[in-house]
Amino acid sequence: MNYMNRTLSETENFYHALLINMELCAGCSHCMRVCPTEAIRIRDGKAVIRENKCIDCGECFRVCPSSAIQVAEDDLATIKPFRHRIALIPSVFFGQFSRKLSHELICSAILQLGFTEIYEIERTAGFLAEKQREYLQSGECPNAAISAYCPAVLRLIQVKFPGLVDTIIPLKPPVDIAALHVKKLLTDRGVPEEEIGLFYFTPCAAKIAALKSPVGEEKSLITGVVNMNSVYNQVLTLISQEGLRDKSPEAFPSPGKTGILWALTHGEARNIEGRALSIDGIGNVIDFLEKLEDEDLGRINFLELRACEQSCAGGILVSGNRFLTAEKLYKQAAGMNELVKNSELTLDKAYLERHIRLSKIQPRSSLALDSDMQKAMEKMQRIRSLMSALPGIDCGACGSPSCQALAEDIVKEEAEPYYCVFKPEYSSLGTMHYKDELYRMSMIWGKEKFSKIKKKGNDNDRE
Amino acid sequence: MDQVMHFEYAVEGGDFFNAGAASSNVKKILKKLNVDSHVVKRVAVALYEAEVNIVAHAYRGKIWVDIDGRRIKIILSDEGPGIPDIDLAMKAGYSTASPRVREMGFGAGMGLPNMKKNSDHLHITSAPGKGTQVEIINELYESHAF
Repeated sequence: MNYMNRTLSETENFYHALLINMELCAGCSHCMRVCPTEAIRIRDGKAVIRENKCIDCGECFRVCPSSAIQVAEDDLATIKPFRHRIALIPSVFFGQFSRKLSHELICSAILQLGFTEIYEIERTAGFLAEKQREYLQSGECPNAAISAYCPAVLRLIQVKFPGLVDTIIPLKPPVDIAALHVKKLLTDRGVPEEEIGLFYFTPCAAKIAALKSPVGEEKSLITGVVNMNSVYNQVLTLISQEGLRDKSPEAFPSPGKTGILWALTHGEARNIEGRALSIDGIGNVIDFLEKLEDEDLGRINFLELRACEQSCAGGILVSGNRFLTAEKLYKQAAGMNELVKNSELTLDKAYLERHIRLSKIQPRSSLALDSDMQKAMEKMQRIRSLMSALPGIDCGACGSPSCQALAEDIVKEEAEPYYCVFKPEYSSLGTMHYKDELYRMSMIWGKEKFSKIKKKGNDNDRE
Repeated sequence: MDQVMHFEYAVEGGDFFNAGAASSNVKKILKKLNVDSHVVKRVAVALYEAEVNIVAHAYRGKIWVDIDGRRIKIILSDEGPGIPDIDLAMKAGYSTASPRVREMGFGAGMGLPNMKKNSDHLHITSAPGKGTQVEIINELYESHAF
């Protein structure tokens, strides 16, 4: 295999769940400044996402003041054609509601929305914890093995830390195991496959992307993905209309302590003996992975890495405050047994064991300047000489997030040196004409930035 | 003509806070040059060990890195106490770090053997009382399986 070309994936298309609504985008560059993989540029007054760099972490979504960054989702209407419409729900979904609303009432509302059954995905967590422990004790386990739980972290490793892909634990996360389990359960009862619709309530964009173009899996069993924020609204609307009756608690077995804590920070690591670290927040994860690559950190048994602070309680589609959501779940778990009997009984472990493995996760490095090392070196030399001409203030006025990013964009022929307001090419040639200057800026930031329309402080300002 | 790139780093003895900065930087450069991740890892580990040795033992040092299209050559030169017996230091299990330094979390105890394991060519010369010179050369194309 020619490894020189292996890591470049310019031709491969990866599904992304984060989309920019061009109508709403004001080209304000907030997103460009926070993107941890420098995947965003401003061109023609709008944000543009570089697909080969985006890991669907959603940091851009959090900061967009115009609600222009949207998360692709399947409409609730897509559940209709299926006779069995199963809602696969993570525990953080329940964590976001007020403590005054009972679990049963929330479940009743979900059924009212058209689902026929509810399955809390972390009911499979106890089984997964067991399999993780087995893997960690096996000879094939590498040092500092990384959990495959967080889909944004998986993509981050593929894109920025290709050397670490082999240290990912090849075990599917709870939602995929839940899908396997529910599907098996129904088909065993004689339900035809085409009558089964499995719908996942997602707290994040990365999971949508992962389900539409799976990493380490051929094809996902999940039929559709529903965004947590939209179900949250619908459930509260139904509850506010009243007339809903609580279902009996037996109908919805709880996932137990192991399951409820799973999606929170340290929820996986707490089950592991030995040295297990849990790190949350995409910036913290990147820092740690850099360190892991650079140094010998000694024996580490397990790494739980989560892109969002407070893990899934801080998912971009979770309503409310991440600390309050986590608090509610901690309190709920405190009074529970590790595993609830009901949640374990029905698992067909032998079947799940055969399907729990992820296939090999491939790197898709976005770092290389060129697949040919000589050409990459030439480009790097050009970048270095450009860097000496650029001001080094990372102002972002060129539409790239930093001077380094602009230099790389220029060398990749995705930007021109004159995008820089300091005009490195023209500084020796005298001043640029005002009209040229205006044209250059409007190419990056759009013509609107030079008029009073659509800006704060003018007559149309709604704030 | 083949491109040659040159980088230089200064290392201060006792500056544990910044230990590893050069190896981290070289790692990032190699990633951008599309060097295979296994090769990057080896270079990073070998250079990190050598860099931390300067921080832990020497007064100051310099690192010169030359990259051409085929290989990376790293020269580390320090002013420091030197290594009295290089052959002994190369033995497995011997660490150039004092037990105290190891307790601090630097030099995980593998020392020079680890550096040797991760370099294609390693040459160390030392003048006791004056300093140590380390030359590491690694091929950038993976020529054999690791």
